[in-house]
Amino acid sequence: MLTYVLRRLFIAIPTLLLISVVIFFLVDLAPGSPASEIPLTVPPEVRAKILESLGVNAPFHVRYLLWLKQFFWVEPMYAIDYLFGTDYAQGAQRIISYSSRSPVFNIIIERLPQTLTVIGTAYAVAILIALPIGIYSAYRQYSWVDQLGTFVSMVGYSVPTFFTGVVLIVIFAVKLQWFPSIYDTTLRITDWGSLWKQIHQMILPVAVLGLYNAAEISRYTRSSMLENLSQDYVRTARAKGMSERVVVLKHVARNSMIPVVTIIALGLPGVFGGAIVTEQVFKINGIGAALIGAIHANDLPMVQTITFITAILIVTFNLIADILYGVLDPRIRYD
Amino acid sequence: MTDATQVIEAPRSQWRDVWDQFRHHKGAMAGLCVLLLIVAFVVIGPFVWRVDGTYIDPDAAKMILGRNKPPSWAHPLGTDQVGRDMLARMMLGGKVSLAVGLVAMLVSIFIGTTVGVLSGYFRRLDGLLMRMTDLFLSLPLLPLLLVLMFLYGNLVKRAFGPELGTFLLVVLGIGLTSWMHSARIVRGSVLALKEREFVLAARSIGTPARRIILRHILPNVVSAVMVAATLGIAGAIITESVLSFLGLGFPPDFPTWGGLLNEGYVSLTTYPSRVIWPGIAISLTVLSVNYIGDGLRDALDPRIRGR
Repeated sequence: MLTYVLRRLFIAIPTLLLISVVIFFLVDLAPGSPASEIPLTVPPEVRAKILESLGVNAPFHVRYLLWLKQFFWVEPMYAIDYLFGTDYAQGAQRIISYSSRSPVFNIIIERLPQTLTVIGTAYAVAILIALPIGIYSAYRQYSWVDQLGTFVSMVGYSVPTFFTGVVLIVIFAVKLQWFPSIYDTTLRITDWGSLWKQIHQMILPVAVLGLYNAAEISRYTRSSMLENLSQDYVRTARAKGMSERVVVLKHVARNSMIPVVTIIALGLPGVFGGAIVTEQVFKINGIGAALIGAIHANDLPMVQTITFITAILIVTFNLIADILYGVLDPRIRYD
Repeated sequence: MTDATQVIEAPRSQWRDVWDQFRHHKGAMAGLCVLLLIVAFVVIGPFVWRVDGTYIDPDAAKMILGRNKPPSWAHPLGTDQVGRDMLARMMLGGKVSLAVGLVAMLVSIFIGTTVGVLSGYFRRLDGLLMRMTDLFLSLPLLPLLLVLMFLYGNLVKRAFGPELGTFLLVVLGIGLTSWMHSARIVRGSVLALKEREFVLAARSIGTPARRIILRHILPNVVSAVMVAATLGIAGAIITESVLSFLGLGFPPDFPTWGGLLNEGYVSLTTYPSRVIWPGIAISLTVLSVNYIGDGLRDALDPRIRGR
């Protein structure tokens, strides 16, 4: 197992490097250059100086290596300095956003909590809803609960998140006026009142993201449960006189969770993609909104960094899913 | 007892069996009917409802008076913020959305099948092509697609004109970011098919690899690809509408359902119906296509029926 994990880790490094090349290349070679953002009234010599300060005149590989060094060496040092009050970085050049001229990672750290609270809650809610529904509808296959559950999960899986978001806004924010339609990111939780306000404004976005993810997870849970329910060990367990509760929840559910857990791990980075849309619908000022803003402003370092962070998340969670699969299922031996 | 006049059933083709299975899947049949209705609405609709969805009244006063109208006999779905007929725009938008879904699916299936067949059939290419597939699966696809659309949009628009250019970019972008699953499916079935006797027989009489692939392998992977293709249409329609919704898809005078939703989103609180109609259209299409995919999968693979 350990050798397998180590081998996977070693494979992950070249994969990430290759992805970083692809991302850097795609974004960097795009025709819209940062020079086009500078007003035409700026005299040519000043323009040349601005371009030089942005560091866009260096050849491609130099800029790529510099970005890589900043990403993997300089930025972690700044993080350590910030956490422990040391001074390892010694004022080294950080990744600077073109449009705001402040370090990209500062903006990301600023935006991350909003995204994480909404996504994290939504995913947790999705899992909590999906597992019982999936288990029950497999146990009572073709019952009305199963029919309804399958239909709802099909709908939740098919209806795009921006439309569910819009419908919920129309019903609950415009007509009933129960919840706000715009997420207030400046809200600080100081007392019970503001905590309630925070929960209140999170309900709609969490419902949208949660429904979508719950649909997918419950489909997998159901089909995995169905596969296990017809196995011989279930008949054995029943023949031994175990109660249905023990058979279903202990024997079958535990075995069925193996693929479901990996699906949950694999789906997590994808939720960030879905969050781009949800953040746009509810005007949440998170990472997705930052990415969209950076794309529109031609802010290349910002786009590269956020996209690459997403890629790191995907690779990490793929790794976690693979390892979890091996840990949870002793039948699978990697060596 | 053996009866001399026993009727021997005529041999049935595989597709006939599939259709018989498919017919009994209620959801899939309902999906097929809804999808046919939507296609009819989009394709035949403009011949019945002869209002130009891009027509803006040149008389400014009339245009302003005709804006944001509620449903009436002249405009069954009302008018938009510059007085264009929403019903006609829904038809126009549907045509583009469905076309994008279909063509993007074809692109993605073409790439996926090619990669899958090559890596399944030729051992030497397998490692490299599968590494590439894994790499594509680890890319953050939606962010990259957004970047592609925005950064390369102007270049492509200049080369091919705004409409064709965006269409090509959207279709190629979605196709290039969604072929991985079909590649894996095709590779799996090619690996199994390669060991079958008929392929061995073909090889033993000296059939070149190219002809074995085209004649013997490809017809046998069609059924595996079909489910992926159906679900691919649904995925492509959703991706296109996400791009348009984020304002990075087609230009405003070239409506798609996602684009209409994006236009209506600005005045969501005052005119919600303008968002609801395109949203329902997208959702119904994707839902029915997904149900058809479900039915097809059940019909093609009897082992997983009912899951």
